[in-house]
Amino acid sequence: MARTELKLLGAWPSPYVMRPRIALNIKSVDYEFLQETFGSKSQLLLESNPVHKKIPVLIHKGKPICESLIIVEYIDETWSSGPSILPSDPYDRAIAKFWGAYVDEKWFPNLRILSTAEGEAKDQVIGTIVEGLDLLEDAFVKISKGKTFFGGGQIGYLDIAFGCYLGWLRASEKMSEVKLLDEAKTPGLAKWADTFSSHPAVKDVMPEVDKLVEYGKSLVAKYRAAKAASS
Amino acid sequence: MAEIELHGTWPSPYSYRVLWALKLKGIPYEYVEEDLSNKSPLLLQYNPVHKKIPVLVHGGKPICESMIILEYLDETWPQNPLLPSDPYERAVVRFWVKFIEDKGPSAWVVFRTSGEEQEKAVKDSLEMLKTIEEHALGEKKYFGGDKIGMVDIACSGIAHWLQVIEEVVGIKILEPHKFPRLHAWTKTFKEAPIIKDNLPNQDEMLVFFKQAREKLLASA
Repeated sequence: MARTELKLLGAWPSPYVMRPRIALNIKSVDYEFLQETFGSKSQLLLESNPVHKKIPVLIHKGKPICESLIIVEYIDETWSSGPSILPSDPYDRAIAKFWGAYVDEKWFPNLRILSTAEGEAKDQVIGTIVEGLDLLEDAFVKISKGKTFFGGGQIGYLDIAFGCYLGWLRASEKMSEVKLLDEAKTPGLAKWADTFSSHPAVKDVMPEVDKLVEYGKSLVAKYRAAKAASS
Repeated sequence: MAEIELHGTWPSPYSYRVLWALKLKGIPYEYVEEDLSNKSPLLLQYNPVHKKIPVLVHGGKPICESMIILEYLDETWPQNPLLPSDPYERAVVRFWVKFIEDKGPSAWVVFRTSGEEQEKAVKDSLEMLKTIEEHALGEKKYFGGDKIGMVDIACSGIAHWLQVIEEVVGIKILEPHKFPRLHAWTKTFKEAPIIKDNLPNQDEMLVFFKQAREKLLASA
């Protein structure tokens, strides 16, 4: 496929941008990666995603597809001759989508809250994050059925949905000086996290933890400055 | 046990989404009314993570989250498809389903709150309706084109429940002259076969939601 036929608008720190990149790697599909500059949104982004003005956006033969997990499904359906990303059984698909929605809506927002939390509030949100990881450990054991990934022998939809958050999970552990993913408590997930992160389809698009920490610290500083200015 | 059970509650739009999909596809099922003020052990077993309805149980296996249930039904019973077959068109449908899932609840915040919080929720609801009016509906009869599709079902809260919310709180949000396309769609949707014979009674809902709002504000 000519690179000009497939473009991905994104930014390196975004876990959501990682998702279509991993999916395209699994399918061995070439694409042009267009990085958005911080602090400003390109004309192409504003035209391609007028409703949300957010990345990632996949542009395939001029047509934009938005929302990271929707893009992953589109990639799976369009390049159907490559390795499958969604499970083949409808029930397994429903379970994968259930947990994908869970990590997006219920679990990940707590990492953001943790970055600026203090005292009792900090302890509380740490507890919530760890409880979520316990649930995900159970889910991993049930869904993987003894294999390496949520997707079984190969990376699948839920590996991508949850795995994209690992960089920020590790960065949060450093920034807040707390262990969240504990191999003693969630051994399955801890092992999966390492295997996933070093997978060929993932390792080149997973941002380095130290870079995320630096970026995360600058975001927290901005947030605190804005809060002080408005109070 | 019936092959398919739908666990829901009669005033819930999320319950109805699944009910309509089952009826549109002609899938036989047994309906189980749940009491959310006193959650049954069965519900907690079927949906331990969220403890919510609707839950679809197929051959003993539970599926949760209404729009995920709808995709499951569409894949398992392909007759009267709710999703188009083209991957790009499917991505557009899923985009709007996600949009209404993310933004739709602002109407329920209007229902649950008062004062400044409610004012903000009204603004959010208006923005949501504006986006749908301008970007999602086009000149088609339904979001799904000639036939009801996934987005129509997802947006059904706007067609039938929003009116109840508006009456309970005394604030008009979906004004016909501001949202002509959406307003026309609400009428078309509610007159569609199967939908029109399967809508919760609005008078009964008014009583139910009025009482619920009074309780909420009293305990706030």
